[in-house]
Amino acid sequence: MKNIKISSLSKVLLVITGLLFFGALFVPMWQIQLEAPQYPEGLVLRLHANKIGGDVEIINGLNHYIGMATLHTENFFEFKVLPYVFGTFALIAILLVFVAKRKAVLAFLITYVVFIALAAVDFYRWNYEYGHNLDPNAAIRVPGMAYQPPLIGYKQLLNFGAYSIPDTGGWMLTAAGILLFLIVLKEYKFNKNN
Amino acid sequence: MKNKFVKAIFAIALGSALFTSCKPKNSGDAVSGDAAQKAYVAPGKYDEFYNFVSGGFSGQLSVYGLPSGRLFRVIPVFSVDPEKGWGYSEETKPMLNTSNGFVPWDDLHHTEMSQTNGEVDGRWVFGNANNTPRIARIDLKTFKTAEIIELPNSGGNHSSPFITENTEYVVAGTRFSVPADYANGDVAINTYKENFKGHISFVKVGKEGEMDLAFQIVTPGVNFDLSHAGKGKSHGWFFFSCYNTEQANTLLEVNASQRDKDFIMAVNWKKAEEYIKAGKGKKQTVKYAHNKWNEKTHTATSEIKNEVLVLDAAALKDICYMIPCPKSPHGCDVDPTGEYIVGSGKLAALIPVFSFDKLMGAIKNKKFEGDYGGINVVKYEAALHGEVQKPGLGPLHTEFDGRGNAYTTFFVSSEVVKWDIKSLKVLDRVPTYYSVGHLCIPGGDSKKPFGKYLIAYNKITKDRYLPTGPELAQSAQIFDISGDKMELVLDFPTIGEPHYAQAAPADLIRNNGQLKFYKIADNNHPFVAKGEKEAKVTRKGNRVDVYMTSIRSHFAPDNIEGIKVGDEVYFHVTNLEQDWDVPHGFAIKGADNGELLIMPGETATLKWVPKKTGIWPMYCTDFCSALHQEMQGYVRVSPAGSSVPLSWSVGTNLPKATK
Repeated sequence: MKNIKISSLSKVLLVITGLLFFGALFVPMWQIQLEAPQYPEGLVLRLHANKIGGDVEIINGLNHYIGMATLHTENFFEFKVLPYVFGTFALIAILLVFVAKRKAVLAFLITYVVFIALAAVDFYRWNYEYGHNLDPNAAIRVPGMAYQPPLIGYKQLLNFGAYSIPDTGGWMLTAAGILLFLIVLKEYKFNKNN
Repeated sequence: MKNKFVKAIFAIALGSALFTSCKPKNSGDAVSGDAAQKAYVAPGKYDEFYNFVSGGFSGQLSVYGLPSGRLFRVIPVFSVDPEKGWGYSEETKPMLNTSNGFVPWDDLHHTEMSQTNGEVDGRWVFGNANNTPRIARIDLKTFKTAEIIELPNSGGNHSSPFITENTEYVVAGTRFSVPADYANGDVAINTYKENFKGHISFVKVGKEGEMDLAFQIVTPGVNFDLSHAGKGKSHGWFFFSCYNTEQANTLLEVNASQRDKDFIMAVNWKKAEEYIKAGKGKKQTVKYAHNKWNEKTHTATSEIKNEVLVLDAAALKDICYMIPCPKSPHGCDVDPTGEYIVGSGKLAALIPVFSFDKLMGAIKNKKFEGDYGGINVVKYEAALHGEVQKPGLGPLHTEFDGRGNAYTTFFVSSEVVKWDIKSLKVLDRVPTYYSVGHLCIPGGDSKKPFGKYLIAYNKITKDRYLPTGPELAQSAQIFDISGDKMELVLDFPTIGEPHYAQAAPADLIRNNGQLKFYKIADNNHPFVAKGEKEAKVTRKGNRVDVYMTSIRSHFAPDNIEGIKVGDEVYFHVTNLEQDWDVPHGFAIKGADNGELLIMPGETATLKWVPKKTGIWPMYCTDFCSALHQEMQGYVRVSPAGSSVPLSWSVGTNLPKATK
């Protein structure tokens, strides 16, 4: 088996991919928007690589009525790890420009896809935990009601409508994934002759 | 046949005469078909303008929307307001301090908005206290009274708080001339002519709005009524209407109405500034209070000052000039170009309009007809642009639309009359309901009027609304003045008795950095508790300080024991919310002052002196959440000398519950 070198276009794309990973460290990745009649301007939770931002204090205040645990950045190991993960991904992408082997790129893509899947599972787990593990002494208890936000998309939670969608960083990560996929596609499909 | 026809014609003529000779004009006739539409602001939609209306004897400032006439808010200024704890909380009490001590009420007549380059800028509104002379500054980021300065040597601060085109000064002319505070005031009242003096005050306004009594000008004893600053070419001058130039001291309704002409006093304040710089001001010992609100400590401070610089108008000949004005002038208004000064003799049957250029020429060429108490009197004709003939009865106030038109209110004939400033021709008139005083066009006394609406503020409302006992609603009326003819679009009731008002485009104010809540991190109140962990109760002798927090939907602490009869208990309540529109209230049974209304991130203090033993409930007074009714707590009061230890808690019973 020979290790086939990748084209210079792919190298440029790898640099962009690396920058996207790096840039995603500084902007929110995910947002959960909440809307209710008494919050016409809306409330938003913004998940950054390293912290929870947005109207987290207000949302914590509201959560106590229904007995949800309050959200605090320090309670999530993810926010300690994620900056390193994305930093590493950024470095790998840049490193691959020099390694310049299509198998290596493929391996990176697979790793990334696995990571995304794990992250989604983790996010779902937290959402489930927060939505179901309610204080039995909560002021408002609706039989059979859970407050798990949607993994992605829209869901009505009592008087709140919740939209869970990627934020800037999320779209950057998505773009990084697509670029990696395109590189792999190009290298394997169109460079067969090499 | 012919006879029948004649009879029929006669009957028709008689009938229609009867019909048309009924009450000539009622309010229904004055309102055209689409008036309601013009005042309609759909639910959830914003008004175009904010209207800041004086509350007269209520002492407060009310905020309305235009064109809907909806009341948004009443801002406490000079009167205590238990609704908001104004004058009741320990922090706000210093705002109402004066050299006479705590004064819980005043009479707010005029509002004036700050200006930049002669245009309203949406930073502040100023208001006058008539009774115990003061000027207040209301901050439009918070819609809260931020500063109040008292004025010495004054009685009845009526021609106030008018403002120069870059908010250099707000002025105040005394209505009652009285012996100066620095002179002996224990004199016979009938020595008015010798001993009574007028003072007009120039209050400097700083970058952040802070006020400072820069100087006063002492004048002969007259009554100053109203005023307006020059603008454009007349920037640097101020104009004050004077009445009682007869210098009577009793039965003024007759004795102050003897002279055919009183005066408008023109003041060259740039010249006055030069004299102050040249050291011509005389320091006089007086006493006045200066009260400031601190946004960081959420607390007011009151300072008593002891000195004022006074310039003598009779000695310094080129500061003040008197312009004769028929007859008992009331309003004194300057058009947007700064050229025309409109005097309104409230007993006169015409409106004199003076020309600034002519006035300058008259002064230059010394066209004087003598002096009044040492002040040169300019010849009437030399300063006159012309007179509006037969405009109506009892002209009071004039505002401008920026298109060359003036609008004057007529108290006696109850109408607003539109006339052309240059040609002095009457163009249109509309009836008001009834006895109109001031009027307001948004920006109507600035260089840039927004000539779309005119609001008339009426003194009487008989038959306009459902009666409410002997006292009826006070009232304002909105007219559309965008066309050739003025058109009544809405009546709306107001608080107190509305006098002057100001209005500005809504966007100018709501986009000027409006505060939504106070950042808890920036709260420097000396008794703040920035979180529930900081909640505590301390005792020093018989003074007990409760550092309390409120958040939806509980207080911390909510159980307090160890308070004794005779203690002075201070509840310092910090609202921990950091969300728009979530104030909390605080009240305790038996409190003999008031309640607190605390904005998010703010700290406010209620003093409570328990007089009886027992359990005293406390609760939140502002519906804050679904569990608002549960937002409550208890204070145990033991006899004086009791050994019950001071304890406090929230969520845990302290002392431990006994079985």
